[in-house]
Amino acid sequence: MSALTGTTLLARLVLRRDRIRLAIWILGTPLLGYALAGSVAGIYPDQETRLGYATTSASSLVARAFNGPIHGTDLGAVVVAETYVTLALIVALLSTFAVTRHTRQNEETGRAELLGASVVGRYAPLTAALLVIVAANTLAAVLLAVALVGAGLPLAGSVAAAAAIGGVGVAFTAIAAVTAQLSVTSRGANALAAATVGLSFVLRAAGDVLGQQSADGTRVRSAWPSWISPLGWGNQVRAFDGERWWVLFLPVALLLAGVALAYALAERRDQGAGLIAPRRGPATGAPRLLSPTGLAWRMQRGTLLGWAVGVAVLGLSMGVAADEFNDMIDANPAAAEAINAMGGGADLINAYLAAMLGLFALTLGAYVVQALLRVRGDEADGVLEAALATAVSRTRWLGTQVLAATLGAVALLLLAGVTTGLGYGIVTGDPLGQAVELGGAALLRLPALLVVAGVVTAIFGLLPRFSVMLSWTALLVFLLLGQLGAVLELPQAALNVSPYTHVPAVPAVDPAALPLVVLAAVAAALLAVGVAAFRHRDVPS
Amino acid sequence: MPVISIGNLVKTFGAIRALDGLDLHVEQGEVHGFLGPNGSGKSTTIRILLGLLRRDSGDAQVLGADPWRDAVRLHRRLAYVPGDVSLWPNLTGGEAIDLLGQLRGGLDRRRRDELLDRFDLDPTRRCRTYSKGNRQKVAIVAAFSSPVELYVLDEPTSGLDPLMEAVFQDEVRRVKQAGATVLLSSHVLAEVEALCDRVSIIREGRTVESGTLAELRHLTRTAVTVETARPVTGLDALPGVHDVHEVDGRTHLEVEPAHLDELLGQLIRFGVRALTSTPPTLEQLFLRHYGDDSAAAATGVPAVAASGAAAAAAADAGAQADVPQGGAR
Repeated sequence: MSALTGTTLLARLVLRRDRIRLAIWILGTPLLGYALAGSVAGIYPDQETRLGYATTSASSLVARAFNGPIHGTDLGAVVVAETYVTLALIVALLSTFAVTRHTRQNEETGRAELLGASVVGRYAPLTAALLVIVAANTLAAVLLAVALVGAGLPLAGSVAAAAAIGGVGVAFTAIAAVTAQLSVTSRGANALAAATVGLSFVLRAAGDVLGQQSADGTRVRSAWPSWISPLGWGNQVRAFDGERWWVLFLPVALLLAGVALAYALAERRDQGAGLIAPRRGPATGAPRLLSPTGLAWRMQRGTLLGWAVGVAVLGLSMGVAADEFNDMIDANPAAAEAINAMGGGADLINAYLAAMLGLFALTLGAYVVQALLRVRGDEADGVLEAALATAVSRTRWLGTQVLAATLGAVALLLLAGVTTGLGYGIVTGDPLGQAVELGGAALLRLPALLVVAGVVTAIFGLLPRFSVMLSWTALLVFLLLGQLGAVLELPQAALNVSPYTHVPAVPAVDPAALPLVVLAAVAAALLAVGVAAFRHRDVPS
Repeated sequence: MPVISIGNLVKTFGAIRALDGLDLHVEQGEVHGFLGPNGSGKSTTIRILLGLLRRDSGDAQVLGADPWRDAVRLHRRLAYVPGDVSLWPNLTGGEAIDLLGQLRGGLDRRRRDELLDRFDLDPTRRCRTYSKGNRQKVAIVAAFSSPVELYVLDEPTSGLDPLMEAVFQDEVRRVKQAGATVLLSSHVLAEVEALCDRVSIIREGRTVESGTLAELRHLTRTAVTVETARPVTGLDALPGVHDVHEVDGRTHLEVEPAHLDELLGQLIRFGVRALTSTPPTLEQLFLRHYGDDSAAAATGVPAVAASGAAAAAAADAGAQADVPQGGAR
């Protein structure tokens, strides 16, 4: 029996388990790309508008940080600038979660043990997962290339852009294959891989911000940090601008290296074990642990700490970038005018800061979903049954979880505002004042997060079996409405579905109480529905 | 007043009728065995008693209260050991025990330490590193550390070794002595025989038998083997005598306990040289109830054979038990 015996069979198992997920992934990415390309073409129909776009994007540090470097004035280049980061992030996270799901999660649940005892080679489970996920990335990229050509873009550029996106997926497949060997839990493996995605984003943003604008003003040559970020490689392919095909070897090389490392690690460890051996712990429970609140804090604190570090780093760098943005505006009145139009005529810096805080609020929606879905995880595991068989009411149990997630959201929002303010204040000479002002402005986003919490709670109460899928879908819809709604020119009624649409963009505009009160009321109603439904249903269900 | 009183309980999951008019009565201070094949509705019943599941119809009272409406108040007075214990993976065993005890309203610290010692459980290990047996121990220690009125134990000893099984039985006797009531769902018949005052047997969501073990035995035939000077005749005509057949000059038969006297009266006339009478074993008793009698008689295999490993084992035993009867005819 070789180390790969059973790979084909296991690959078919992966396909069978994920047939719906994979179909959505493989078809959804090209469809999204097609829709985005079409609407970008509508907004920038001629050379003149695209020249304006490229010049602005190349000189704007914010655009560089969030959209990546622009490569010329071809329609395809504009499409890539507008869509690459979103698509790349989606593909990176999909690949990461898929790898963990079919490797470490199987070990954690004991399914791998059952399989390992049958005629299955040591490397077969990992190989099967990687084969399917790399194939999915490849297929999605091929279809995306077809979609881009279908949207009227040149063939070579379309293939390069689609391959760049696929390359990101392949690169993070490799990274997740390694993190799945390191952590004992699938949650930990996902967290490690997702942290790598975040780090890649920051490195790419830094490299693109630090890059040079070309002489004609329509291109950006990224600095070295972009080259050590798998998310940055896709931009360096320069699709639609004299494609550099050799850059596509980087993700392939990373895949080979990652797989080799993952195999080596798998060879050296026991089934179910990680590289970090579990430590012993206290023999008795500390008094502060022994309550639903204490338990919720204990379960949340690691997640919260991880988020806090990420938020603080991102906040500080966004804040510091805000001042560069100021310099850039001073030096480029044309760009200022363009951004002024986009920012709704408000003070440019404040428009930028408001946009950053809005982005934080969207991202922290993921924290709220993650934190609250723990209840469903506990129910599925059977832990909830043990807890509810004690003298703790369902209302108290669920209420504690909601409260913990809300307090976490408050803390992270405040941290986001304060660090952004500090970053901006340090370079403008008023750290304390800016920290207080932006901290307050960030907290005004809380009602939108409360609505997210309400949505998850209501789903958990009413449709517990679909909690995970529906909750993340809801957040993704909010995210897409916020990020792409304007690009896709969706009607206002559709945009209004997202709670984030209704949050006043402080500090760009004055705070308004009414929308916040309405959001809070909607959140309260959703929470009430969720708790009531949970009280009246079977556990586990 | 009974501690647990269930009448005509019905619970459906979609099209599946998990409980179909179940009755269960557990008196104060008794250890009550709750038996039935896999999938017969034991865990569903227990979850309704704990207020985790909502009953569709029927009555359910625990310690005089409604388990759904008064769940929290009731849970201060009872402790539960689930059949498949899952714990918070990042807490240590000690922390999980203290947490469960505290959530229940407090535990006896001295007893907790004593139980940890007796069950030989290392409380400093993370729950995710425990084997099934050790997770089971965590739940058992947490339950028995709480001085409560009712212990609800759902297959508590699955995964325990015989040594630990003995410790567990000691604990059940201890809480019984202290006046507590125990509902014990179990497939370990020796454990049931050693501990239970009364048992209820359920099948397909319905109670098929309930009583003391002696009472249940009384309902089941005794196997008799007799060697006589002259060939025995006329047995088939006797009431309550079944499956008469002869092997090597010995007569084998089964008799209902109520008709034993008449049988002996008849046998004596043929000059009894040797006679053995074997009361039904617990296994036979349960197999009779677990298996589908009519199907078993027709095919030699109980109808529940497909429902799980234990039932499959039961089917094996049932088939063997049936062979001498059917085969000799």
